[in-house]
Amino acid sequence: MADLDQIISRHSDKKGQLLPILHDIQAEFGFIDNAMQGQVAQVLNLSRAEVHGVVSFYHDFRTSADLRPEVQVCGAEACQARGAGALMGVAQDAAGERVRIRTVYCLGLCSVGPAARIGDRLHARLDKAILARLVEDA
Amino acid sequence: MSAVRISDDALARACGADELADAAARSGHEVIRTSSWGMHWLEPLVEIDGVGWGPVPVHRIADVLSGEAEDICIGEIREHPFIARQQRLSFARAGRTRALSMDDYRNSGGWAGLERARSLAPGTVVDEVIASGLRGRGGAGFPTGIKWRTVSEARGDDKFIVCNADEGDSGTFADRMLMEGDPYALIEGMAIAGYAVGAQQGYIYVRSEYPDAIRKLNTAIENCAEIITPFVVEVRVGAGAYVCGEETSLLNSLEGKRGEVRAKPPLPALEGLFGCPTVVNNVLSLAAIPHILSEGGAASYAAVGIDRSRGTMPIQLGGNIRHGGLFETAFGITLRELVYDIGGGTASGRPVKAVQVGGPLGAYIPPDQFDLVFDYEAYAGADALIGHGGVVVFDDTADMGALARFAFEFCAAESCGKCTPCRIGAVRGVELVDRIRSGGRAADRVERTPQMQNASGNGRTREEELGLLDDLCETMTYGSLCALGGFTPYPVRSAIRHWPDDFLPGETT
Ligand SMILES: Cc1cc2nc3c(=O)[nH]c(=O)nc-3n(C[C@H](O)[C@H](O)[C@H](O)COP(=O)(O)O)c2cc1C
Ligand code: SF4
Ligand code: FES
Repeated sequence: MADLDQIISRHSDKKGQLLPILHDIQAEFGFIDNAMQGQVAQVLNLSRAEVHGVVSFYHDFRTSADLRPEVQVCGAEACQARGAGALMGVAQDAAGERVRIRTVYCLGLCSVGPAARIGDRLHARLDKAILARLVEDA
Repeated sequence: MSAVRISDDALARACGADELADAAARSGHEVIRTSSWGMHWLEPLVEIDGVGWGPVPVHRIADVLSGEAEDICIGEIREHPFIARQQRLSFARAGRTRALSMDDYRNSGGWAGLERARSLAPGTVVDEVIASGLRGRGGAGFPTGIKWRTVSEARGDDKFIVCNADEGDSGTFADRMLMEGDPYALIEGMAIAGYAVGAQQGYIYVRSEYPDAIRKLNTAIENCAEIITPFVVEVRVGAGAYVCGEETSLLNSLEGKRGEVRAKPPLPALEGLFGCPTVVNNVLSLAAIPHILSEGGAASYAAVGIDRSRGTMPIQLGGNIRHGGLFETAFGITLRELVYDIGGGTASGRPVKAVQVGGPLGAYIPPDQFDLVFDYEAYAGADALIGHGGVVVFDDTADMGALARFAFEFCAAESCGKCTPCRIGAVRGVELVDRIRSGGRAADRVERTPQMQNASGNGRTREEELGLLDDLCETMTYGSLCALGGFTPYPVRSAIRHWPDDFLPGETT
């Protein structure tokens, strides 16, 4: 995995470079497993426990390969007030095993919820039908 | 043919602004992508010669372009009551300029604050910020100028300006709108802060949920590097942890560590990022700075507001509200005006049941308390908080018991784990709310054994469980290291106090 070294060296002139590195690894490979964590630790002169501690702390980082498309659905208060609660089941049903549904807390679209995010695309004013279609097309 | 103005704000895009812009361009019109006016219920909003149409579904763009579509025409945008009633200082450019245009920024007064600041002594800049009365808009309301003075007087090899753009509170989007719509204003504010305290490096810590803001900030920083030099700014991206909005957790995250909260003291102003004196300020605090440092700005800022809450607050109207969006106004406005006069009541048309102000850690406020005025001290006095200025409206279908449970659930999911009242208490809180809503619980096997002489043997009644919940809230309030554990009792207790019926057995949805 030569690419990993490249990713790490990309950030060598930064202070506190661990998070940017982990973001890039996840963007490249889709996950950060134990082997990768070990490699990062070695290059940055950290213990594996330190790197693992960071990876496991943040909700964004995944440790195992799960390359299914992800649909993030907002479950925070403002979207609940606009009916997001009733959408979660619909999203799960449409997703089945093929799509990963993740509940996130606020996408900054609180005045036009319920809201969802797929990749870097945001979707607002969702209802059951629109969300189900988004999940099916994900 | 007049140009067609459509916002490229993430919210407008999520409502279909890109498709609309493409359609307008295909029909031969010049399309200008601007920042958002903040009238979210009208997005995607189309503006031609100052007149607005919204929300415009893509199949009606032809009607709009030919000046028809009267049913969705709102007239002159600037004269729309939602805009005309505001006092926009930090959001003066919203809707009026292109976010990344250096020309638009300079032509609308951009960089004047930085240029003037550099003509003054750094200490004078700090004095002006103190004189403006600006208090931190991130939640705690700490006077910004005092923080700057501490950092300017602190000794350190390096000093840093850190912009807190983690905006995790549900119901808030003003930071996002500012970063996407007027990124140079934030950068200018940071550069002024750097000059005032003697820092050369700035970081903007943006949550990963804001891809558009990240992209625009990076471009903006590149475009204006020469203007702000020797000050440099770098964007760092969070990783989905709400607690990283807490300033010391954020600093740990920037250093590449777990986002655990640090005990204070030492204050970040003295020992912050990498142990160096650090200014940590919210996006809105920093974006207010260019105005304050313009000629006469500090005095004009201090002239609005009430009591010790000076200046304006960009209030965010969200949730079940008819006219949601960004409403910047002087402190002192009541909830009643915000929810009914400006917000137009609920989007569903049903009666308002509750409003949560200040994000997930803010209290739920019932309509009979809507005379509460927007002011840091008034809210504190009512056991509530302004926080980041988010106002989330709920209609009468809201289940306040479920929302109280959610407050604990959220705290459990987002706790940094450093202290017990929060880490364990939040989990116990979820269980307690569940038991209260199911009417108490029977004695378990252990409690029924003869050895357990102090156990009642009867389980716990609902009243006893409520007492226990009160104890738990007390412990979390006074025993937590930071406001995540410390303020979670606000939504919980306010829900129980004002809507006890929602905690009765059988009410569980
Ligand atoms: C759990 C928690 C989350 C917070 N989230 C944010 C946030 O997202 N943005 C923010 O500016 N401040 C947040 N704060 C407040 C910061 O700790 C800090 O007070 C603020 O960044 C200081 O900047 P200001 O003085 O300009 O408000 C949070 C605090 C806590 C306890
Ligand atoms: S209150 Fe919660 S989030 Fe705050 S320091 Fe304690 S465990 Fe961490
Ligand atoms: S609460 Fe869902 S987008 Fe903010």
